[in-house]
Amino acid sequence: MKFSLEWLAEFLETDASAEEIAAALNRIGHEVEGVDDPARKLEGFRVASVLTAAPHPDADKLQVLTVDTGEGEPLTVVCGAPNARAGMKGVLGLPGAVVPANGMELRKSAIRGVESNGMMCSVRELELGDEHDGIIELPEDAPVGQSFADYHDASPVFDVAITPNRPDCMGVYGIARDLAAAGIGTLKPIAVPDIAPQGSCPVEIRTDDPAGCPAFYGRAVRGIANGSSPQWIQRRLLAAGQRPISAVVDITNYVMLAFGRPAHAYDLARLSGPVVARRAKEDETVEALNEKTYTLDPTMTVIADDAGVHDIAGIMGGEHSSVTAGTSDVLLEIAYFDPERIGVTGRRLGLATDARTRFERGVDPAFLDDGLAILTSLIQSICGGEASAVVRAGEPPVAPQLLTFDPALTKRLGGIDIAEGEQQRILEALGFAVDADWQVTVPPRRHDIEGPADLVEEVVRIHGLDKVQSVPLPRREGVALPTASPLQKIERMLRRSAAARGLNEAVTWSFLPTDEAEHFSDGAPLWVLDNPISEDMKAMRPSLIPGLLGAAKRNADRGFASSRLFEIGRRYFRVQNGASDEKPTLGIVLAGNRSARGWADGKAKGFDAFDAKAEAMALLEAAGAPVANLMVMGEAGEQFHPGQSATLRLGPKTILARFGALHPRTLKAFDMDGPVVAVEIFLDAIPARKGTAVFARAAYAPPALQAITRDFAFLVPVDLAAGELVKAVRGADKKAIVDAQVFDVFAGQGVPEGRKSVAVEVTLQPGDKSFTDDEIKAISDRIVANAAKQNAELRA
Amino acid sequence: MSQEHEHKVAETLDALGRAGTIEAVEAIRIEALGKQGWLSGLMKTLGKMSPEERQVEAPRIQALRTQVADALAERKAVLEEAALTAQLVGERLDLTLPAPEAPKGSVHPVSQVMDELAEIFADLGFSVATGPEIEDDWHNFTALNMAETHPARAMHDTFYFPDQDSVTVPASSSEAVGEKRRMLLRTHTSPVQIRSLVEQGAPIRIIAPGRVYRSDSDATHTPMFHQVEGLVIDRDIHLGHLKWTLETFLKAFFERDDIVLRLRPSYFPFTEPSVEVDVGFAVENGRRVLGGSGDDDGHGWMELLGSGMVNRRVIEFAGLDPDEWQGFAWGLGVDRLAMLKYGMDDLRAFFDGDNRWLAHYGFSAFDQPTLSAGVGAKA
Repeated sequence: MKFSLEWLAEFLETDASAEEIAAALNRIGHEVEGVDDPARKLEGFRVASVLTAAPHPDADKLQVLTVDTGEGEPLTVVCGAPNARAGMKGVLGLPGAVVPANGMELRKSAIRGVESNGMMCSVRELELGDEHDGIIELPEDAPVGQSFADYHDASPVFDVAITPNRPDCMGVYGIARDLAAAGIGTLKPIAVPDIAPQGSCPVEIRTDDPAGCPAFYGRAVRGIANGSSPQWIQRRLLAAGQRPISAVVDITNYVMLAFGRPAHAYDLARLSGPVVARRAKEDETVEALNEKTYTLDPTMTVIADDAGVHDIAGIMGGEHSSVTAGTSDVLLEIAYFDPERIGVTGRRLGLATDARTRFERGVDPAFLDDGLAILTSLIQSICGGEASAVVRAGEPPVAPQLLTFDPALTKRLGGIDIAEGEQQRILEALGFAVDADWQVTVPPRRHDIEGPADLVEEVVRIHGLDKVQSVPLPRREGVALPTASPLQKIERMLRRSAAARGLNEAVTWSFLPTDEAEHFSDGAPLWVLDNPISEDMKAMRPSLIPGLLGAAKRNADRGFASSRLFEIGRRYFRVQNGASDEKPTLGIVLAGNRSARGWADGKAKGFDAFDAKAEAMALLEAAGAPVANLMVMGEAGEQFHPGQSATLRLGPKTILARFGALHPRTLKAFDMDGPVVAVEIFLDAIPARKGTAVFARAAYAPPALQAITRDFAFLVPVDLAAGELVKAVRGADKKAIVDAQVFDVFAGQGVPEGRKSVAVEVTLQPGDKSFTDDEIKAISDRIVANAAKQNAELRA
Repeated sequence: MSQEHEHKVAETLDALGRAGTIEAVEAIRIEALGKQGWLSGLMKTLGKMSPEERQVEAPRIQALRTQVADALAERKAVLEEAALTAQLVGERLDLTLPAPEAPKGSVHPVSQVMDELAEIFADLGFSVATGPEIEDDWHNFTALNMAETHPARAMHDTFYFPDQDSVTVPASSSEAVGEKRRMLLRTHTSPVQIRSLVEQGAPIRIIAPGRVYRSDSDATHTPMFHQVEGLVIDRDIHLGHLKWTLETFLKAFFERDDIVLRLRPSYFPFTEPSVEVDVGFAVENGRRVLGGSGDDDGHGWMELLGSGMVNRRVIEFAGLDPDEWQGFAWGLGVDRLAMLKYGMDDLRAFFDGDNRWLAHYGFSAFDQPTLSAGVGAKA
């Protein structure tokens, strides 16, 4: 909300400068977003008198003026305004001054061959209003030579962010009250004029919706002249960012901005029958003052007469009964509307107005009569007219709230010692009544005060939050325990391990375009936003791969031959009862070249499924998964290449990861060139580390004897998985065989059709004694026999 | 006879001088010193001599043998050296050619900063808590003292899921059973306050970093960003503790002792009193650098975070007695902290996955924040 210092000074007696006031506002919780000082903008502009005016020798529409600036020789100024004439007084901008409206710096220049030493200014050029028909004409007594800023009494304008809990400060008077409590001057009492009513109100006023409109006060003022409002009102409204419209409208706006009290004026001639606050009817419409037509429903409160709706209550008036220049009789409305009702109606209609903001947050329910009196008095003094008696329909909720307050709470919550007397002074300055037993009566305008903690806030904020001193949190006794959960520790291990393995961590959006999400959802129901910011950010991701693929594609489009990206984040699913099931996941996408063209062979090498497997295995190991027990099983899902992807499982159901090359269809959907390989590790599936809670490792007992190795080459069916053969080999003697590694796979020349050769190096670890030749032979025979069960024969 | 021996030695030495290979030297050795060699044979003749004769002949023959053996060893060494030199010349590599390069990985600044936060707060006794990002409106708003019609709700630019996604509070819950709750993307990390209090009770000290969402997108806002929530509930905790905690954290995070905070009254429905925290900064090389009082020459105040004493209602909503338990909470933008500390200036780039950006602003895997080495990683 914006207001000028001179407006504030009407309510607050103070010597404080604009800077001091701004600092105080910040201190007490009204954040100053800016202080606009028009005096600074008007630097270089001064009151000047036109001595002579002659036609420009070379231009029809220009005149050459000589202008007295109060010092030195008169200046020659070229001017195009039709109203420029000898003997008038106006505002001259001197060279160096910057025109507020357009930021142009004035300089000495020749205009069509005549030297001009400045510019006579219009209202609009100085941002004092919209008028631009000619230059400003000042009264005859304006002192020539005075700076225009001083003459104009230009007043600094504060732009203050009022928090939603303080509607009482959405008027200048409320701000003055807070400032006075904080020691910036003395609050002046509100002068409520006595109105001598003439006759009763000619209109019946009712509230048929006491829930939505508990109180509706009104009166007529007849025989007014609705011209433009006086300069002092216009100036304040302009400072507040409001455009002056007509005297009556300006006065209602003025009362709203000065006291936080919205009001409405109807053209009495346009009303017929009783004026009633009631619920709108289904599909009832009203053309509002913004010239838009709104369709209403019965949840909304309106002000209507026999003919129809004239006001969307508390939000915006209707066009039909709006006051105009020709209006001579008005009906004034001051009402109290239910804040929730106003909020719901405003949201439903998508209509934000100054009145709504105030009613929605809560206006002062005890300020109806005073507000109406101030409004009436201003209209009468500016527009004339006779005021009727006041009609009061319903009653505003003014029952005072009583709180029992313990001033010691200020120290307990606020951590600051404030003397009881000072606490009482602060509360009273804010309009609270405090009795000897610390029973505090809350003024009805303070809807935000719910309990003692709110009183602490009032006391501390006015006393000064900056006086709160730091107090160390007590250190917890005892041994420092880990503060990260097991899952968090796994995430950290994975993140650092992946980065150490050469992968770059990315953070991608949690939401995806719906088609990308569906491509990876495997039919699971997706979370799809009702109000996405764009179609590209609509469905919560069921996989980390699409987001990383998108990033890899952008990198490829930028000319990067390869991307190695990973992300640790959540996939979003549902549990049975509809709540969210967010699965912690690590995703990897390796796209493009694994190695660039090198001098050794001149060829770049693309990523393949084994690169994905390498990352999956290494990172699972880093995460503490029992990798030795992992089974490579099945395919990774329809997004992956059916022959080049797999899952890593502990048992048939516990899937720890999936990996492999992506399906050509997936690449096509993402408009990418292959091969692209990917991994997803499902962190919630990694079993918790077993083991007792001790640090000491098992005793170190290296084998006394050296292990020996033996090679076996088998001919196996081409479709036999090497892993199956190795498993069979290892099963031959689980004690002696400590390792078995495939060291050659070959098919083609010398190998029969339908077979392939797989060579395995078996490591045998003797126990206390070396193996005898017979023992080794027995193990070898068992290896060959086990392999034979997999249809593998030892090569000759 | 002796003349003949000397002559033979001279011949052998001559042959050695001409021997060009190790093999040729070996042949000469065998001819002279092998089992059947003439010098070996000569040695054997000593046994048959009379002692007097032997006294004369032994030193002479021994000297001849030494002369030949030394010459053999010397020639062999020369040839071996030459062979090695030749081999090495053949093995010469052009080492200006590039070596195979291991790819350089990186940790995202958001993760790095979250790890830093966890480290700093661990020292203050805070554990790290998490909660769902797809929340219900009770946890995100109602329990934080923002009733359905609360104006503050409208200020949150909330992403909602359709009505049919609403959940019904199960019968097992202590909360309003059967109530329908609208699902949404959490607009702040504050619902973790409620969940942690309900699960763990008091006293509690947690930070809750994570993703949050607002329907907002421009140069400084992205629809997804990161916050870290802080919560301390205990007995006798007040605003002074809040100030100390934030001061201590910010000093540790920016590794500067001259961090100055300014507390301003503000409004959040879930705290009372509510406090906006500003921090003093100066502009150095066109960049805001935290440190010093905002009132100092050339300094200013920057809004950094919202905080306050947890509202009694929130403590009640979490099932605790607000007359017994009180404390403070705060919420802070993690991305913004990262930008302030590490100098990024465009939030949108955080979520693009651009290789160049990740390499430029990312951190080495080994930049693990620790108290002993400094939680920050210098450029």
